[in-house]
Amino acid sequence: MQAAMKIATRAGVPHKAARGFSTSATFDLPVDFKGHLCEPPPQQAEATKEELLEYHKNMFLIRRMEIAADGEYKARNIRGFCHLYDGQEAIAQGIEAAFTREDDVITTYRCHGMALVRGSSVQAIFEELLGFRNGVSRGKGGSMHMYNKSSNFYGGAAIVGAQVPIGAGLGFSHKYRRENESDKMNVSIAMYGDGSANQGQVWEAANMAALWKLPVIFACENNEYGMGTSVNRSSYITEYYKQGNTIPGIFIDGMDVLAVREGMKFVKDYCGSGNGPMYVELKTYRYHGHSMSDPGISYRTRDEVTNVRQSRDPIELVKKRLVEAGFSTEDELKEIEKALRKEVQDALKAAKESSVPDDSELATDIYTTGKKMGDGPRLESEMPSVVRMPDITNNLHY
Amino acid sequence: MNMFMAINDAMRTALKSDDSAVLFGEDVAFGGVFRCSMGLRDEFGKNRVFNTPLCEQGIAGFGIGYASTGRTAIAEVQFADYIFPAFDQLVNEAAKMRYRSGNQFNCGGLTVRAPYGAIGHGGHYHSQSPEAYFTHTPGLKVVIPRDPIQAKGLLLSCIRDPNPCIFFEPKALYRGSVGDVPVGDYTIPLGKAEIVQPGTDVTVVGWGAQMHVLAKACDMAQSEMGISCELIDLRTIVPWDIATIVDSVKKTGRLVVSHEAPKTSGFAAEIAATISDKCFLYLEAPIQRVCGYDTPFPLVFEKCYVPDHLKNFEAIKHTVDF
Repeated sequence: MQAAMKIATRAGVPHKAARGFSTSATFDLPVDFKGHLCEPPPQQAEATKEELLEYHKNMFLIRRMEIAADGEYKARNIRGFCHLYDGQEAIAQGIEAAFTREDDVITTYRCHGMALVRGSSVQAIFEELLGFRNGVSRGKGGSMHMYNKSSNFYGGAAIVGAQVPIGAGLGFSHKYRRENESDKMNVSIAMYGDGSANQGQVWEAANMAALWKLPVIFACENNEYGMGTSVNRSSYITEYYKQGNTIPGIFIDGMDVLAVREGMKFVKDYCGSGNGPMYVELKTYRYHGHSMSDPGISYRTRDEVTNVRQSRDPIELVKKRLVEAGFSTEDELKEIEKALRKEVQDALKAAKESSVPDDSELATDIYTTGKKMGDGPRLESEMPSVVRMPDITNNLHY
Repeated sequence: MNMFMAINDAMRTALKSDDSAVLFGEDVAFGGVFRCSMGLRDEFGKNRVFNTPLCEQGIAGFGIGYASTGRTAIAEVQFADYIFPAFDQLVNEAAKMRYRSGNQFNCGGLTVRAPYGAIGHGGHYHSQSPEAYFTHTPGLKVVIPRDPIQAKGLLLSCIRDPNPCIFFEPKALYRGSVGDVPVGDYTIPLGKAEIVQPGTDVTVVGWGAQMHVLAKACDMAQSEMGISCELIDLRTIVPWDIATIVDSVKKTGRLVVSHEAPKTSGFAAEIAATISDKCFLYLEAPIQRVCGYDTPFPLVFEKCYVPDHLKNFEAIKHTVDF
């Protein structure tokens, strides 16, 4: 793996590309794609300076955001369950770079990173983590349930695997809306972890998607451990991109944002052209434990984590490319990172200024009358008599 | 028109009036085991009316996904007994999507239809009444019709309601229950009970197929004992019409609630608890629950298991004699 991390020498010879005045370079992708019943995409990617800086920025923001969330959880400011995404940043960013916002994304409870790349601000994510009123889900979702209607981000699902058949339904919606058989479709991506890969409903959804040729991507983020159980202990088939049986699949290095982007472009093209679904395995690693109650070193060694950080870190890879292509210097990147650290700290500070939603919100958004409220997606709540709100003005005990 | 034709008519009306509406489930393209979707594939095409594999969890999730794009999904689960693999999707995803997304997403366009209840020889897994499980889940609406006229109006309401609905169809009435169903487009409001027969002595509450059993018990009480029963069809099990039942019990002072599902934690328990809270000083007798026994739904003992008109008559009599 370490040898594979060597950045292609070609990266050091950037050339002017056709796109405007931006400088672009071609990079070899160090870890091979693997195809299952399909020819994988080429082992090369072109990227501009702006693109790489954008990827670096978002991935670094996710990293710092998760580290800050870790601290806030331990300080008991964030309650509930909290699953951190650091280590896996390249996947969210790579998918976002390959997709448009007309494509649907639905993911697991480990959703902070995806929320950020789909357009939510660091501050709004912190507010959601804190349960505050201006959070991405208005404080009512929490860590596991971040959504963004405007970018078709269908959120994080807490039940392992439950998001996958929903993703199939999203894909069906694309197909149903298509006007001509030959039209290219937008796609839906149903993301799940290696821990969910053996949920029966993943297969139920894949079967339907294949049967009806739905533009659905079944994307397994393989971070090697389903909670505390390693893939070898949980899965008979550990090559998750082959789990679709006769459904084609590809293996992508989930630690390389350009590999994820190129791989996902390829998959999006295949699925969006009406060929049916595809399985994708994104090999990655989570630096933190499964959740905040898991220190993350009882089932793996500190050395293992350190080794991944040193040899496969997704952010370091982007920085290395920026430097070796001559797009940035290490000093410049240091300055950028300094500013981004401050941005995260400022966002956290600003988030903490806010407060929890009104008590009345306990019982809103359960049932609706269907009437629109203002310009947003929100619908007017209906309070049926069976929802008995405590009347704290009269009686504290009910 | 009998009940399966009324349901067919409701779905035809829904598919006609809403281009986004699709109907799917096991064998629905061929009409479904109870013929409810007969002819709809021919009329609306295979893209809108289609068979699914036998995978209820997947069917429910698929429907939730489609509905969460703002469209209308009508999913059929072949028997209510088979809804349990889909329980997680309905309870954890459908019911909570609006709440946990801060009202950004919802699957209000989803309606799940499933035939429920005793049919004489259905046995353990083709006879159950699982409504109570879903009433424990805020965010879902649970609706059960008693006849074809109700079935059409309530099903159309469910399909068009902006909240996810579960519509249990009394399979015993598919063919047997006949009525003059209006041919046009009409809906019956959800969350509203109906006083089927006004009375003064005992309030009798039920839903679905049990309404016919109760009507017989009420007739018997009238003819044999001169007891005047007020018979109420709850229609929407959740959110249920507390006010109508409360008003009636305030008048009669007595309440009998009946359902086929087992007694323990059945929905009658919820009604009894609420009414004893709201009408305590009006009650002349303990509230009676006439339900299935706390056993699996039996095959050979079905006649013994079901809360028939005689058991209900006994309960009505008991409240008056108390």
